[in-house]
This record gives sequence, C-alpha cells and structure tokens, in this order.
Amino acid sequence: MQRLDYLRESPSQTAGPYVHIGCTPNFTGLDMYGGDLGATMKTGPVQGTEITIKGIVFDGTGTALRDAMIEIWQPDAAGLFASANETRGTADPNFTGWGRSPGDMDTGEFTFETVKPGAVPFPDGRMQAPHITAWIVARGINIGLHTRIYFEDEAEANAADPILTRIEHQNRIPTLLAQKQNDGSYRFDIHLQGPSETIFFDI
Amino acid sequence: MSNANIPPKPGGFIPRDRNWQPDALTPPYKTSVKRSPQSALLSFPTTLSEETSPVFGHNMLGALDNDLIHNFARSGESAIGPRIIVHGRVLDEHGRGVPGALLEFWQANAGGRYRHKKESYLAPLDPNFGGCGRTITAEDGSYEFATIQPGPYPWPNGMNDWRPAHIHFSIFGHGFAQRLITQMYFEGDPHIQRCPIVGILKTQEAIDALTAPLDMNRTVPMDSRAFKFDMVIRGRRQTYFENRKEGM
Ligand SMILES: [Fe+2]
Repeated sequence: MQRLDYLRESPSQTAGPYVHIGCTPNFTGLDMYGGDLGATMKTGPVQGTEITIKGIVFDGTGTALRDAMIEIWQPDAAGLFASANETRGTADPNFTGWGRSPGDMDTGEFTFETVKPGAVPFPDGRMQAPHITAWIVARGINIGLHTRIYFEDEAEANAADPILTRIEHQNRIPTLLAQKQNDGSYRFDIHLQGPSETIFFDI
Repeated sequence: MSNANIPPKPGGFIPRDRNWQPDALTPPYKTSVKRSPQSALLSFPTTLSEETSPVFGHNMLGALDNDLIHNFARSGESAIGPRIIVHGRVLDEHGRGVPGALLEFWQANAGGRYRHKKESYLAPLDPNFGGCGRTITAEDGSYEFATIQPGPYPWPNGMNDWRPAHIHFSIFGHGFAQRLITQMYFEGDPHIQRCPIVGILKTQEAIDALTAPLDMNRTVPMDSRAFKFDMVIRGRRQTYFENRKEGM
C-alpha cells in the first residue's frame, strides 16, 4: 500500500509557569518590543458597542490560576475579521480582533477591552450567535484549551446557534455565557474541571 | 466548467489527532491533575472563527528580536553560554512551508534560571540575558534565531525532577485553530527520557518530533553551533467539492 505523506502536527507541550516571559514580556518586567502583543485590541475609535470582559481561570479545587495566559479572537461589530483570510469585506481598521491577557499576577483575573462581536455564519450558512473564541494555556495544561464566549443577553440568537443547540448537556451551556454585571461589564470565569467545568472544544 | 487548472479551495482545518497529541490528564506531571478537563471535548468542524487569525507583519520586528544573545544585553556585551543558532521551517500537515507565522520563544539562561519574579532557583541571573525573542517565518516557512543553549533546571514535581534543556515556542499560523505551544529539546540530552513533561508524549516518534538535531552544516565555524527544529501546524483540507455557500 502507498503511504499517505502527511506530516503530523507538532506535539503540544505545556506553556509552563513562565509563558509570560515569551508572550507578554513587559508584563513580567522585561522591557521588550515596545509593548506586549495583544495588550490593546482597539487602535482608535471603533464601531459598535465597547465592552469589558473579565474573568478568572479556576482549577479543579476552585483555586485561581495565576500563571495562565488567555487569548481571544473575534470579529468586529459587523461580524468581519481583521484577517488575511477574511473574504467577505473589510473589518473595522481600528479593531484588531485579537487580545492576549496574562491575568493579574495576584488574583489571576484577566481583562479584555473589546467590542461586542457581530454574528458570523456557520459553514452551512446559518448564522451563529455572537461569540468570541478563547484559548487558554498554563502550567499543567498539556494542550491549549479552546472554548467560546457567548453572551447571556443574546438569548434569541443563542437559542438558534448551530453549536449551542448541538450540545447534549444543555445544563452546561451557562458555562459558555458571559454574564452582564451591574457595572456593565461581562463576567466569564473559566473552570478547568469540577461541577461547573467549562465546555471546551475540539475544533 | 471543468476543474482543470483551477486550484482547490481551502476547506476547514484537518481535525486534530487526539491520539497523537498528549492527553489532558497525565498524573506523573502532577500539575495536570487539577488542571485537566474531565468532560469530553465538544467536537465540531472549524468555522470562520477558527479559520481566521490576526496578521503579524515583518515590519513589527526589531533588528534584535531574533537575537537573544544581544536583545537584553548592555551595549558591547553579550549573554553567557554556548552560542547557538536555532533554525528550521514551519510546515503544515501537507508539508508546505507556512509563511508569515509568528514565532515567540522563551528559555532559561545557561545556568537554567529564568528571569521571572516567581522563579527561585539558586542559579544566578545573567545580567545580559532576558530570555525571550520572536520572529516571523519567511516565504518558504523558514526562520532562525541566535541564542545561548539553556541549562537544565530542577522543578517541583517529584523529589528530584529536572527539565532537559529546552526552548519554549508559541506558534501563530493563519487560523486560530492552528494555535500551538510546544517545546524544543536538544539531541542527546539524558534528561529527555527522564522528564515527566516529555513523558506525557505518547510515542518515541512524538519525542523525536520535538528533539532538535545538531546541524553541523548550518554551524558557523569559530562562532556558533546550530540546531534544526521544524514545526508542523494543522493544515486545511483541500477540495474542489466543498459544499459551502460562496464566500465562506
Ligand atoms: Fe521551561
């Protein structure tokens, strides 16, 4: 039989306790590159609704991770990505769509100053509910964890979302919903395991 | 219309091989025990959210970003340790070079010490070594950087666990689904077979995939040895027959 000459993806290894040296060096006190990549998602006045998302990554004992790194990726308010692979139009030039947060060194709380994402179609053409893609790495995480941040105040769109409606354990969906707080910000805590374990994705 | 001479369109990303990639729960690496999800991952095909990613241009790079020997050193000085060049290519699963991939790397100094507030190993800091660098791959997916060979270091896991000398890599391709962090090890390091973090890899083939050989052909005589380290990120399915609406 012939061989299928595909290469194998490089095996993942943990980001370890010092991921911030490499990815957010200024956060660790190293004056490099004129600033940390992904620290700012808005490079000027942006279209749409500006929002703040805060959260903490918790381990299976409920302890906050203080050595994680969280990245988010999302479209602009019109549902367009600031990506070379975006073929449907041109995204807001003042919005990068990509954020990276090391979390607070003492509390572990991460913060993203971003905009409410517009809706993006699923491959079959149905619209997905507005969401943000998130990726979490840390010491003890052997391969980066993908999840999605949906919004609790998008109930109608969420109820029709092609992925949310596919989830067997509907009682776990709240783990994917950012909750609106009294101060107007959204809360999105991430639980790596335990009764409120976040739904993670194999995408 | 015939398909002749029409290049195939990129489809979604090839699913990640979870039998090849390490599991989340690997008890010999103790920190994984309380940081590993216990529910099954939710599988679905990639969508635009995962098939797009930010663009990083070569113009964002500084002249010393890929020179860890000098990028933190005082003027006229350089980092202490064996001088090395790390080079290779970023490829996709089809074997094609990936241009424009952002690589960020970080490492301990020659004594095995990281420059970090929470790091307490007794080996000294090198005042001329910061420990991070970055580059963007060229048109053929190639990259290189100069650094010093990091030292092995002890870490709290078992009573006497040591990490092999290694360099951490973060790889950013052209789809968020490709996002990957890994580590590069050095040919011949006796700690590789003893390390619980290397031990999460399921096969010798996987360990080999992260072990960089000495590359004498790329070595600069009387200056630096070279190690070659290729990385593979997920590829996209290629198809003439993608059942998708236009523009997706
Ligand atoms: Fe390390």
